Amino acid sequence: MYDIIGYYEAETVSEATALLAENPNLRLIAGGTDVLIKMHGGQIEDAELLSLRKIKSLEIIRKAEDGTIVIGAMATFTQVFHDPILRELIPILTEAAISMGGPQIRNIATIGGNVCNGATSADSASSLFALNAHLKLEDHQGERVVPIREFYLGPGKVALKPGEILTEILISPADYQGFGGRYIKFAMREAMDIATLAVSVICKLQGKKTFDQVRIGLGVAGPTPLRCLEAEAYAQGKEVSVETVAEIGKRAVNSAKARTSWRASKDYREHLVEELVQRALKIAVVNAGGAELV
Amino acid sequence: MFKRIAFSVNGKAFNFEVDIRESLLEMLRNRLGYTGAKKGCGVGECGACSVLVDGKPYDSCIYLAVWADGKAITTIEGVASKTGELSQVQKAFVDEGAVQCGFCTPGLVLTTTAMVDSGKEYTRDEIKRELSGHLCRCTGYQGILKAAEKSLDGSNNSKKELRNGNYE
Repeated sequence: MYDIIGYYEAETVSEATALLAENPNLRLIAGGTDVLIKMHGGQIEDAELLSLRKIKSLEIIRKAEDGTIVIGAMATFTQVFHDPILRELIPILTEAAISMGGPQIRNIATIGGNVCNGATSADSASSLFALNAHLKLEDHQGERVVPIREFYLGPGKVALKPGEILTEILISPADYQGFGGRYIKFAMREAMDIATLAVSVICKLQGKKTFDQVRIGLGVAGPTPLRCLEAEAYAQGKEVSVETVAEIGKRAVNSAKARTSWRASKDYREHLVEELVQRALKIAVVNAGGAELV
Repeated sequence: MFKRIAFSVNGKAFNFEVDIRESLLEMLRNRLGYTGAKKGCGVGECGACSVLVDGKPYDSCIYLAVWADGKAITTIEGVASKTGELSQVQKAFVDEGAVQCGFCTPGLVLTTTAMVDSGKEYTRDEIKRELSGHLCRCTGYQGILKAAEKSLDGSNNSKKELRNGNYE
């Protein structure tokens, strides 16, 4: 038995935000693969749950007229992995989705829950950071949109205000059109494991030989997922070469705030950042239409 | 706090009040006697508690009983025919010696059954990926993998026979 003292269900977003406004103690539950585990471990007690599971409108993944990709917060990882739009336009997210947990977990865990749980190891996070995703947050009075980089505040802490619900994840065309990318999850096992490091890189080229833009998202390289802004700024306008890529790898380490944990030491994680950013970027270059770097 | 839900298990309809604190696993085992679903880790890592919800595998230990409202649940008890004849997947598990202590077997048979029922074709790597949410501490997985491959081959063959007009 879970330590639940109240359970409410909403069928629409407005119903959910109204319930949340009435009772700010309600804890949102989506797939439950984080919330129920925390309850099991005694980290959450006397929970009053507000389930979002019956809000069908939040399960939709679509491309809006202006090209913005809209992912409903209740889309499961299985759904994200199989979605034809996402597979075609932002495969670094679908690859991240299939790397998470096992099939039973992916069938129920949601992308919105993954983001709101605030873990640096969230498998969707490095890709959503690289893609400059924006999050639509709604409460009973209205909505606001925040960039994902401003949403993660610390381990397990996100910028969700009392009464707010994450409803949609938005990726605008300027953040994916013309980019090629690569996602690499480094873990001890190929399934059912938490990343030692997650790297998501996208790049856009001018012609075939010059970097126009590079974006690097890292998970588990700091207390929150992060971007390697120094390396990204360095890359702009540089020739696509093994040397440039090596320098980008080195500079990426400057943005990482790796620490020693039982999973890996700080030195090892920094080594992984330098190496995996290069590997991911080399494949991203090819996916962006450039030549293979040897 | 209790909530009334309507659902089915192995085709049998139920309609009663569940405790909001209950997991689907607890409801199936303690209240309805479907003890084929096992409690292993209790946190969705081992897959021993897997059941099919509307044909897809879920870890029933981290699935609240109230979420079963309107769903069709399949447990291992519902896999064999009513007369007790083993399903094609169960036969493949027996033939390949994919069972030792048996604790992980109900979940693995159900996930394999979901794969067979999907009608999709799977590569060896994809089969491994689909089975990755189940831990087996006895077999080393080779027998399980072979059993899953055999189950899927069988399904392809039977479909081929159907396509050829051979209805046995």
